[in-house]
Amino acid sequence: MSLNELYREVILDHYRAPRHHDHLADPSGTAEGKNPLCGDEVTIEIALDGDVISDIGAIGVGCSISQASASMMSEAVSGKSRAEVEELVRKFKVMMAIEDSDEEIVNPDRPGEALGDLEALQGVRKFPVRIKCADLPWITLQQALEEAE
Amino acid sequence: MTDLAHLRSDFPILDQKMNGHPLVYLDSAATSQKPAAVIDAVADFYRTTNANVHRGAYTLSNDATDLYEGARAGVAAFVNAAVGEIAFNRGTTSALNQIAYGWGLYNLKPGDRILLTLMEHHANIVPWQLVSRHTGAELVYVPHTGDYALDLDAFADLLDERVKVVGITAMSNVLGTINPVRQIADAAHEVGALVVVDAAQAVPHMAVDVKAMDADFLAFSGHKMLGPTGIGVLYGKASLLEAMEPAEGGGEMISDVQLESSTWASVPHKFEAGTPPIAEAIGLAAAVDYLQAIGMDVVRQHEVEITAYALDALTAIDGLTVYGPPDTANRGGAVSFTLADIHPHDLATILDQRGVAIRAGHHCARPLARSLNQPATARASFYLYNTPSDVDALVDGLQESREIFGVA
Ligand SMILES: Cc1ncc(COP(=O)(O)O)c(C=O)c1O
Repeated sequence: MSLNELYREVILDHYRAPRHHDHLADPSGTAEGKNPLCGDEVTIEIALDGDVISDIGAIGVGCSISQASASMMSEAVSGKSRAEVEELVRKFKVMMAIEDSDEEIVNPDRPGEALGDLEALQGVRKFPVRIKCADLPWITLQQALEEAE
Repeated sequence: MTDLAHLRSDFPILDQKMNGHPLVYLDSAATSQKPAAVIDAVADFYRTTNANVHRGAYTLSNDATDLYEGARAGVAAFVNAAVGEIAFNRGTTSALNQIAYGWGLYNLKPGDRILLTLMEHHANIVPWQLVSRHTGAELVYVPHTGDYALDLDAFADLLDERVKVVGITAMSNVLGTINPVRQIADAAHEVGALVVVDAAQAVPHMAVDVKAMDADFLAFSGHKMLGPTGIGVLYGKASLLEAMEPAEGGGEMISDVQLESSTWASVPHKFEAGTPPIAEAIGLAAAVDYLQAIGMDVVRQHEVEITAYALDALTAIDGLTVYGPPDTANRGGAVSFTLADIHPHDLATILDQRGVAIRAGHHCARPLARSLNQPATARASFYLYNTPSDVDALVDGLQESREIFGVA
């Protein structure tokens, strides 16, 4: 296990300069995620334009993994439809070994190949204690989407 | 430096690698490791003497009862209590709940105050919150000073006839602060309040004398003092225990049971409903013997020295902030800190890769974390088996953390 795989440059960059780190004026859905054990917190606000996430706020405090994951997620889902977001969430959870996949993973060394920047979070997989940190914003996003229904 | 390194071989768990490095265990404030003497005492009991206590009309049960009651005597002597003033339970949390539900519920009323400190562990907060819901008594908190000591002026201001009970930790599990319990008790007794001492951190790490402290009630856990999990101690002054109601009812704690009501067994058995943690009590007694053979003054001296060494090394790291008294005379071996903008969990992960186990989070003291403005801190805590090289491993890992996170 290498710490370099965990703390990639992109992750530290998102931790230090989180994107979409502002509250929305008029969110269609909001959810708060908390990990009471370690104190990670993230609030996800989404604005929907029809079926599409037109804007997102990802505000939180916590460790680099939870906060970078929130920031990277906010970029990845902006402008995507619900169906596209669901697909992304699924791919993310497969990459993190949170969910199994029926499909064959084409490149076992790079289960997150199709995820763009988010692939940087793949290293977290090897640190089981930290997977829940990376997952927190995604669970919270799903809740915000449900709330917006 | 007081060298206890020869004791390390008594702790089988320490002889292993973690993530490819020798295990450096710096989380004894959460739970301590166990010497072979304790592990063996528990295993021997199960191998040779296991039976329920206070029940069987046969020799084995008698022998088990003797060991269990012998454990009580040993633990009582360790804190200078009378045997009848010690009741066994699951741990500090359960002891504090017993006090809140056995004493608080029956003696508090609207207008009364429960005076706690902002340093309390949740175990000495939440039971009082639950009881205040039933009784209408109000919770009030004593803050700490900028030097992480209890604010004695604020305490004096808050202490008046409305205060019926003062809950205070003898040693903070986050700041390390040792509180002046005797002074607090004297002042509390002046206004007729009782003092409930959370000694979960104090009893393992320094000589505690319940009489010298003049504590009315006191609680501690076996697992933090080299003993097994699942065993804790409630101390109460004999007259208070006599008058206190049991928080739990069941077998073993009664004198007689009628259809509508029952009478209680004598103290301390009325506080031990059901089959008690027998093997755990015997293991705790073995831990007490182990500590006494070393001497609590030696344990404390070693900790003062290693904590001083750690404070020096940690404060020399750029960007590192320690939350706790700088003077080892006023503190125990729990050292909480943050390092620049690196989250404590990230520190814990990086250290874990080097075999160094520390705690990260709010340490079950959220009100304190809020007052420090630090939702999470990293905490290294020491015990008699830790050596200066453990501190060095911690410091090396923190330096690596600075490099990984590019802290200038
Ligand atoms: C100061 C203090 N009080 C209470 C507790 C609770 O002890 P236990 O979990 O053994 O009941 C702890 C330990 O976590 C502690 O450090």
